[in-house]
Order: sequence, then C-alpha cells, then structure tokens
Amino acid sequence: MAIRWGNYKVKNLHDELIRAAGKPRDYAHQLCEYLKGLTDKEVNELKAAADSAIHVMGITFRVYNDEEGSVDRAWPFDIIPRLIDKKEWDVIDNGLKQRVKALNMFIDDLYNDQRIIKDGIVPASLLKKSKNFLPECQGFSPPYGVWAHICGSDLVRDNQGTVYVLEDNLRVPSGVSYMLENRHVMKRVFPEMFAKYSIMPVDDYPSQLYNMLADISPRKIEEPEIVVLTPGIYNSAYFEHAYLAQQMGAELVVGSDLVVQDDDCVYMRTINGLTRVDVIYRRVDDWFVDPEAFHPDSMLGVPGLIRAWKAGNVGLANAPGSGVADDKVVYAYVPKIIEYYLQEEAILPNVPTYKCNNKKEREYVLENIADMVVKPANESGGYGMLIGPHATKSEHEKFRKLIKSDPRNYVAQPMLMLSTAPTMVGTKVEPRHLDLRPFILSSKEINVTMGGLTRVAMTKGSMVVNSSQGGGSKDTWIVDMEDDQ
Amino acid sequence: MSMLSRVANNLYWLARYLERAENTARLINVNSHLLLDLPTRVKLGWEPIVDILSFRTMFYERYDNADEKSVIRFMVVDENNPGSIMSALDAARENARTVKEILPQEAWEQLNELYWFVTDNKADVFTRRSRYDFLRKIIQANQSITGLFSGTMTHDDGYDFLRIGRNLERADMSTRIIDVRSASLLTNIDDDSSAFSNIQWMSVLKSMSAYQMYRRQVRMRITREDVLEFLLLESRFPRSLLHALEQVEYSLSQLPNNKSAIDKTRQLRNYLMNARPAKLVQEKLHEFIDDIQLGLIEIDTKLYDSYF
Repeated sequence: MAIRWGNYKVKNLHDELIRAAGKPRDYAHQLCEYLKGLTDKEVNELKAAADSAIHVMGITFRVYNDEEGSVDRAWPFDIIPRLIDKKEWDVIDNGLKQRVKALNMFIDDLYNDQRIIKDGIVPASLLKKSKNFLPECQGFSPPYGVWAHICGSDLVRDNQGTVYVLEDNLRVPSGVSYMLENRHVMKRVFPEMFAKYSIMPVDDYPSQLYNMLADISPRKIEEPEIVVLTPGIYNSAYFEHAYLAQQMGAELVVGSDLVVQDDDCVYMRTINGLTRVDVIYRRVDDWFVDPEAFHPDSMLGVPGLIRAWKAGNVGLANAPGSGVADDKVVYAYVPKIIEYYLQEEAILPNVPTYKCNNKKEREYVLENIADMVVKPANESGGYGMLIGPHATKSEHEKFRKLIKSDPRNYVAQPMLMLSTAPTMVGTKVEPRHLDLRPFILSSKEINVTMGGLTRVAMTKGSMVVNSSQGGGSKDTWIVDMEDDQ
Repeated sequence: MSMLSRVANNLYWLARYLERAENTARLINVNSHLLLDLPTRVKLGWEPIVDILSFRTMFYERYDNADEKSVIRFMVVDENNPGSIMSALDAARENARTVKEILPQEAWEQLNELYWFVTDNKADVFTRRSRYDFLRKIIQANQSITGLFSGTMTHDDGYDFLRIGRNLERADMSTRIIDVRSASLLTNIDDDSSAFSNIQWMSVLKSMSAYQMYRRQVRMRITREDVLEFLLLESRFPRSLLHALEQVEYSLSQLPNNKSAIDKTRQLRNYLMNARPAKLVQEKLHEFIDDIQLGLIEIDTKLYDSYF
C-alpha cells in the first residue's frame, strides 16, 4: 500500500484534507479511503496517466532563466485534488463578490470625483505615487462603472484555519486556463471519483467570460466581434490566451492584426479586408496597449486604441488604469474601501499589512524584518519579495535600505504558515503548502468561479507557489456534501 | 466571421511544413530500401537527397561527406537545417500553436505527440533496423493529422488555406523529386543494368507513394515516359502534379478576392497540360521543371498579395 494516512504528519499545520494523523476531514473521507486502497503500481499508473494527458493536451507554460532563455515546460500537476466544502465556499464566494464590487467602485471614483480622498478615507499621496494610475483615463467611466472585469484574488488559509485575501490581481490575471485544464486531466485520470462526489463544475467559465465581454459591447448586436489580444507566443501566458479564445470562439489577435481608423473604430485585418471589432479582452499590459498614448516604441499594442475606447467605440477588458487598485499599498485599505462604498464589513479579512509609508509601521517592519514578508507595491509573480525567515542577514539589510529609500513602494506582512494538502512525492504523500486563486467576472452581474486554481509549493516547507518559481498545481473540488448521491 | 490574415498565413505554413516532413520521411525511407537493392558498385548514394531540397552548399558547410549517416542527420534531426524533418515539425507546431484555437483539438494533440515522438526517439533513424518504423510513424501521424483536418474541421476558409498549403508543397516536392531523381538516375549505370534502371524508376514512384497505383493503371514494364506521365499528369492520382494544381484551384475558388491567384494557377496548369513533359529529354525536362517551380513561387506571391 502506498498511502498511509497514519504516517502523514499534520502537527502544527492546518491541512485541507487531514484533520489529525489518520483522520480525514468529513468531506475528504471518501477520497482518502480511495487513495489508501491504491498500490504503488497504481499510484505510478495514475501519475503517468496525468503526465501523458498533460503532454498530449499540450498544457505548457513558459519560464525564463539565464541558462536556457525562454523555455516551454509541461505544466507541473499533482494528482491529489484539494477539496473545499461548498458550505464554506458559499461564504468565500459572497466575500469575493463584495470585495470586487467595492474595488470597481473605488477605481471609478479615483478616475472621476475622488470622493474617497476628499472624505479622508485614503490619503491623496497614495494616488500621487501610484505607478498604475493613468491620468489619461480621468473623467471617463466605462459601462456599469466596471473597470476590472476579470479579477484573480489570491486566497490563503493560515494554520488556525482562517481564510485571508493575500492580494487582488486586477491587471491581467492569469491561470484560469490551468484551472479548466486541471479539471479535464482529473476527469481522464479519476473518473470514478466524479461518480462518488458531487463536484461543482467549472467548465462554464468560458461562456460566462463570453457573456461578460458581450455585455460591454458598444454596438448592441446579436453577435458582437470579440477578440483576445495577446502579446504573442513568447508570452508566459500565451497558452492561456489561445485557450480562452478557442473556448469562447473568439479571434486571437496580436497588435498588428488590429488597426484604428479615422472614425475612431477598431478593425482587424482579415482575408476579406477590414472587419469592425467590438470588444477586446486584452492580455497586454497597460503600458504597451497603445503606443500613441503610452510607450511610443511598443510593438505589442494598437496605436489609437485608447482614443477608440474613450470615444465609446470599443470595449476593453480590463479597462486601462484598473491596476491602480492592484497595488499592495491600496490593498491595505481594502477593508476601509468596502465599508466606505458598501456600508458593509468585509466578509473576507486581509492579511495584517504594515504600510512602510507610515512612520510607526515602517519602524516596526525595520525592527522585525527577519520575521516578515516584504513586498514591493507593484510587482507580481513573486518577484522582488523578501521572505524574512528564509533570508540571510545581508538580504535583511538590503531590504532595510530599499524600504528606507522608497517607503511608499513597500508593505510587509507577518509570515503566515499557509495551509497544506497531501501531495504526491514519489509514491508517498507529504504535506505541501498551497494557496487558491479564484476568478471573478464583473460587468452587468458578478460571477465567481467554483473554486479556482490551487497552486502548491512542491518543495518541502516552501511557501512560494508561483509557477515561475517552481510551484505546481492541483485540481480544486468544491464538494456539495448535502447533495446525497 | 472572416478569417484573420495572419491566421490564414499560419494555416498555410502549417500545412506546408507538415507535408514537407512527410515527403522527406518518404524520400529517406525509399532511398534506404533502394540502396539495399542496388549493386554496391553503383554509386547512387545519399547526395541526391540533399540536392532534392537544393541544400548542397549548406550541407557541405557542415559535413565532410554525403555518407548515409551525415545525410540522414542533416535531413532528419539537424535543427540548423530549416528543411530537416525536426525543423519542419517544429515550425509546423509553432504555426499550429498560434492558431490552436481554430484547429480541431485532436489534430493539435496528434501534432504534439508526433513532435515529442520525434524528439524523444530520433536516435532510431540512425539504425537501419529501426529507421523504417520511425519514419513510417512520422508518415502515419501526418496522414492522421490531415485526416483529422478533413474529417473534423469545418471546411471553411481556414480549411481551404490548409489545403492550398498542402498541395503547393506537394507540387513543389514532387517536381523536385522528379527532377533530381531522373537526372541522377541512369548516369552511373552501364549496359547490363537495365534491371536496376527498373528498380530506380520504381523508387521514384515509391518516393511519391505512387508505385502501387501506377501498377494498377499501367500494367506494362516500367518506362520513364509512363512514370513521368503518371506522376505529372494523372489527375486522378492525389500525389500527381496536375491533381495538386487542380486542388489549389478548387480551394481558391471557395475564397474571396481570389482572381489573381486563380488566374496564375490556371495558367500554370495549362502550361503543364500542353508541355507534354513525359516526352522531354532530361535537359528539357529540367528546364520545364524550373518553369513549374517558378510558377509555384508566383502563386505563393499572389497569395501573399491577396490574403496575408
């Protein structure tokens, strides 16, 4: 027998499946029983089946390193799913909707009346130093006042079992295609488990995405022309861009496929000549989206795109400038932002966050840097971070200097002991730390994916889950235990 | 929804690279067999394979001799040779990747599998024993990809571009094979070698997978004239030049904005049908094939002007 839950150590951890040595949580009981019954040979067969499905389906991501440049890697995947009881998920779902709704109101306010600043809830200095605030967008409000149509919020659970929001990705969040593909792989590998559990489906995401995008079409026509704008095949998320376009039946375009004419409308070059485009799901960063408005030497964007958007002739998701709320300093204010716009208390808590632009908080961070995680305000993908307890003294010193020279650009959080889940290491299971990225779609209405992308740190003890830094992933099952089968 | 120009271009090249990989695999397989049948004093060797793709200069920059191992390395696995099977599959896969959203999923999976198969097993091509199976697998996978396109993809504009790419590449490769093979054929063979001449014409047919179909149609002994007639002008045989041009013309007729490309294709087809190429002596045949090659390039130029 390969998997013995009695040998699986969860002391001082919060494990998603195992409550205490040998004791699965209620909703994980059937899965754990099933896994226990597998022989080493069967475990290896299941792993091989998953690897081969990933290989054949061509699920890859690109990483950059000094030795090899940009390389395509097969998607690292663990065959044991991560389970969440639907009762708990319903609360999280509400919390995410509340959060994204407030964040969109916040962005719309910042680009228009700035009531929240006038009312003294957030300081004006926050905006002045924000790299992602685009003055070009001021005085404009997209349909429904929604700027961040697609949001990927990272959730973590600490060793007490509390779920926190770690960050909100409001620019061009990626990972949803892996959520969908992980499910496809699992259906090929574990068909019998799908018969035993009532697992909430995830595959309606592409049609929800399509409907959301169609909602923001300026032309109210039966079939608006929707395109996905990608930086191209060398982008690390290209797989996802192509995947989503395919799933939605939308055209996948690069900047040079599109052109803005004198009528301020966007067209694409086709074998029939130029065709009008209504909505662009753009996966190109703000700064590169329109060389006319921003980086003049960008080859990825479309000259005149911002002009067409502000003229109301094309829908852009996410709206340029929505990244202003995707900033780790703004993050610290989100509970207040929710209270201000919705007059509600935040359902999902933030991780306690020390803002280095506040003198008192900064001093605390400098003092306790060895126990904290320090993050730059505007980076993503785990780049430019300091994980205090795992860093050397000289790294601590380096970050102290960085913080002192640019306090606005740093926040710090206590080191959380992230929850774990059983993960295959060879033919044995060991606990590995993980997080969860659900995706929230907003236009006329708000929809949250059932679960999301679970990312897992494959190295023992590590808390770094980013795929660019050696993380892997698991399928996420929201299981309805009240639906008797 | 009308097709993006860039996508049409990717489909066109995807099909061309796949066809190129398949034809090269056929060519090498047939040459391996042919050499086993020829007496050792007949020095046909492997150099003609390099010549078929006009890569002589590039080849000798990188290899000393046109021996079996070097030519096979160059034509199958050498990633510095843009015409090698490995490079063609890599290029096909990159083209497919950028238009993945409109290809049938199964075809993409099949192509991926083929790419990894060749990457993982390329050592097999160097042993004569495993070479046949290795190359046959490439041919079969290509056939099944083509089958998936034809059987599971909507026959819309995108499919027409695939078909145009496939047939132009096939026309290009067929004429190269005929040109080089018929030239290198008899030169080294003396009077008592007519049996071997027969074998060599058979190999030309086999390089284009035409032997069996030729036999069904032409029952007499194999002659140069009959073989050329069959490979160039038998419109019912799907790997003949005439068939390829007819397919290009038909696919173009389904597309918008097709006048200049269709005119060019018709012109080339008429030229082919009136030239009576099977009667030409070797030198004239070579000139004729040069003209066909130029015509194919002109069709490609028209496609770029009209669509890409």
